[in-house]
Amino acid sequence: MAKKMHSTPMLDELETGPWPSFVTGLKRLAKDNDMMVDLLGQLETSYETKKGYWKGGTVSVFGYGGGIIPRFTELKDDAGKPKFPDAAEFHTLRVMPPPGMHYNTDILRKLCDSWERHGSGLIAFHGQSGDIMFQGVRTDKVQDAFDEINELGFDLGGAGPAVRTSMSCVGAARCEQSCYDEAAAHRTVLNNFLDDIHRPSLPYKFKFKFSGCPNDCMNSIQRSDMAIIGTWRDNIRTDEKLARAYFAKHGVTDLVNDVVSRCPTKAIQLVDAAKIPTGPTISAVKVSDTQAIAIENRDCVRCMHCINVMTGGLSPGKDKGATILCGGKRTLKIGDLMGTVIVPFMKLESDEDREKLVDLAQRVVDFFAENALEHERVGETIERIGLVNFLEGVGLEVDPNMVATPRMNPYVRTDGWDEEVAKVQAKKQAA
Amino acid sequence: MSTATATPRRAIESGVPDNQQYLHPTLKKNYGNWKYHDRPRPGVLHHVSYSGEEVWSVRAGTQRQMDVYTIRKLCDIADQFADGHVRFTIRSNIEFMVSDERKVAPLIEALQKNGFPVGGTGNSVSMIAHTQGWLHCDIPGTDASGAVKALMDDLHQEFIREEMPNRVHLSASCCEINCGGQADIAVIIQHTKPPKINHDLVANVCERPAVVARCPVAAIRPALVNGKPSLEVDEKKCICCGACYPPCPPMQINDPEHSKLAIWVGGKNSNARGKPTFMKMVASGLPNNPPRWPEVSEVVKKILYTYKADARPWERLSDWVERIGWPRFFEKTGLPFTKYLIDDWRGSRSNLNASAHIRF
Repeated sequence: MAKKMHSTPMLDELETGPWPSFVTGLKRLAKDNDMMVDLLGQLETSYETKKGYWKGGTVSVFGYGGGIIPRFTELKDDAGKPKFPDAAEFHTLRVMPPPGMHYNTDILRKLCDSWERHGSGLIAFHGQSGDIMFQGVRTDKVQDAFDEINELGFDLGGAGPAVRTSMSCVGAARCEQSCYDEAAAHRTVLNNFLDDIHRPSLPYKFKFKFSGCPNDCMNSIQRSDMAIIGTWRDNIRTDEKLARAYFAKHGVTDLVNDVVSRCPTKAIQLVDAAKIPTGPTISAVKVSDTQAIAIENRDCVRCMHCINVMTGGLSPGKDKGATILCGGKRTLKIGDLMGTVIVPFMKLESDEDREKLVDLAQRVVDFFAENALEHERVGETIERIGLVNFLEGVGLEVDPNMVATPRMNPYVRTDGWDEEVAKVQAKKQAA
Repeated sequence: MSTATATPRRAIESGVPDNQQYLHPTLKKNYGNWKYHDRPRPGVLHHVSYSGEEVWSVRAGTQRQMDVYTIRKLCDIADQFADGHVRFTIRSNIEFMVSDERKVAPLIEALQKNGFPVGGTGNSVSMIAHTQGWLHCDIPGTDASGAVKALMDDLHQEFIREEMPNRVHLSASCCEINCGGQADIAVIIQHTKPPKINHDLVANVCERPAVVARCPVAAIRPALVNGKPSLEVDEKKCICCGACYPPCPPMQINDPEHSKLAIWVGGKNSNARGKPTFMKMVASGLPNNPPRWPEVSEVVKKILYTYKADARPWERLSDWVERIGWPRFFEKTGLPFTKYLIDDWRGSRSNLNASAHIRF
């Protein structure tokens, strides 16, 4: 039995309503945990004053420099004593999740039991970077808490100017749109950077994210420095039985309005079943005895829309791999940036393919480490120095897939033009 | 104290754990061999493998910040109805996989009975991606868990149904860094006053050149204040972004009255149809009003239900606005279009209407 609860009239209002209440959870923990009694006291104070009361600091485990988010209270009385002493230290352990965030109940129960012994009993599945967030532990308990979690097969994630924890989608484990083994790529790349995860020494954070198809369920394009997004090079596959099933349920109106007319490049056409076009780059499938759809795959940008609508009737091709984009980030400092293409396509099937991805990732991180300004994300570095300098720095060839349009201004010195043309032609001949 | 022992334990740098050990047996068996899926009802995905095997995934909402009792309750349900395996989505929903269709209904019943809403699939409003807020962040302008709980209480019916034109992703961020991320509708703190500087502390707490370098508009410069080395802010230049506050806590940006909430719309990560899009600010000046932030919920719902009524099937919020145009967006939602919504940051002219395209 813990100490007496503080009055929390504002938080109490968050116990009503149909959505699961975190406040009810905090209160349940507070029944046997003084830290949570005082945590509720401090949080209620924040709700009253509309102020935050945590400051950072330095707390880590033996051998690592990052992975713990230290929090010390700043809510103190006139004598400088914490008003809520049992929550005066409330650190978080960031722990890397398995790819696709799959668990069994055995491991979840073990993690819960351990955290209940050493920490507050509050766990977020998951934080915005993908970490399991073990929230609320005193400084003197951090090492023990980590040791147990570590013995259970889990490791700390990134914090500060480091390679950060990554996420991958459910992917090949349960999704028909998966274009590569996301889990294998995720583990191979991240586990190559463990030193850069655990011992922060980069100019700023660096995030990888792995999405199995262009639906990008991991939001990799806008929230990772290096996004690995599954795609395919060959034709969209078709399945007449499932295509007919879609049509039988939806009819021609939905087929036209929801599939054909929503294709961003007009690559799909509704055609007469008696006049289906043929060719090596055309995917066509009958949806009824009289009508069919035909896709010119050279015009398709692999956006996923028609496949999402007619799942199974249409599906990604067989020559699968990934597009790599670089430079996505959130607001600070120069404004939000999307990742942009640095590799239009690479295969990701074999260990050898994945080693090539690791090699590319290493070159990008090395270039970032050596050339970024302090507190600059790689997208900002690219903006500052230009994509071409970045590509030369990491050893990648230019490709028209990297641009939305060619240059729109003449402000460039082009006296190396003939040499560049000669290089492009030599490369063409060698191919 | 273990940290003080003579020979501390050396970490096993095991990195990212292998997920194969945690996969549901049907997922493991059909890894990389799935053919298609459909949704028999809101909250349930039905995947079919090329092998002919099937799996049903039941998705439920959680409060994300979970106490161990809640997690154990979810484990009990998984053990009883779902072969002891679960996974989480990026939006903190939990999924239970079953390979026997007959287990779906009792699983749903058990989840609902224990207060976990089943939904969040397809054309629903899924759980709000959010940040730490007052609970754990060191620079929060507001709480995230509370605002999210309040809003999800209001949107519960949209979570458990699939009645939106397309999926709707929401996010909430407790400072302008926007850790919540891009979303169809996002709630983000918007500071309106420059930082208040405690000049007594700056010299001891802040690495001044680093703070100067952080400012996106070069409004911070070193200064001697009351005989002490400190920093000063050119308040005419300051855009109140709060970038200086994390490296220099004595430059307090959060203000109980003047830190407001803004609403952004039209962010999309997916490549489906158009390219991914950034969201746009459409409202600001909303009060930071715990514990339930009713003014914020009201604007979000106004936008959401206007979209629901007006968008065509498969239009995400950004697709809808692209069709109807921004003037009509403001007209239909009743939100005022003010001068602050015209971009003047770098590259802003590309956000102006360089055409005679006007909808009347």
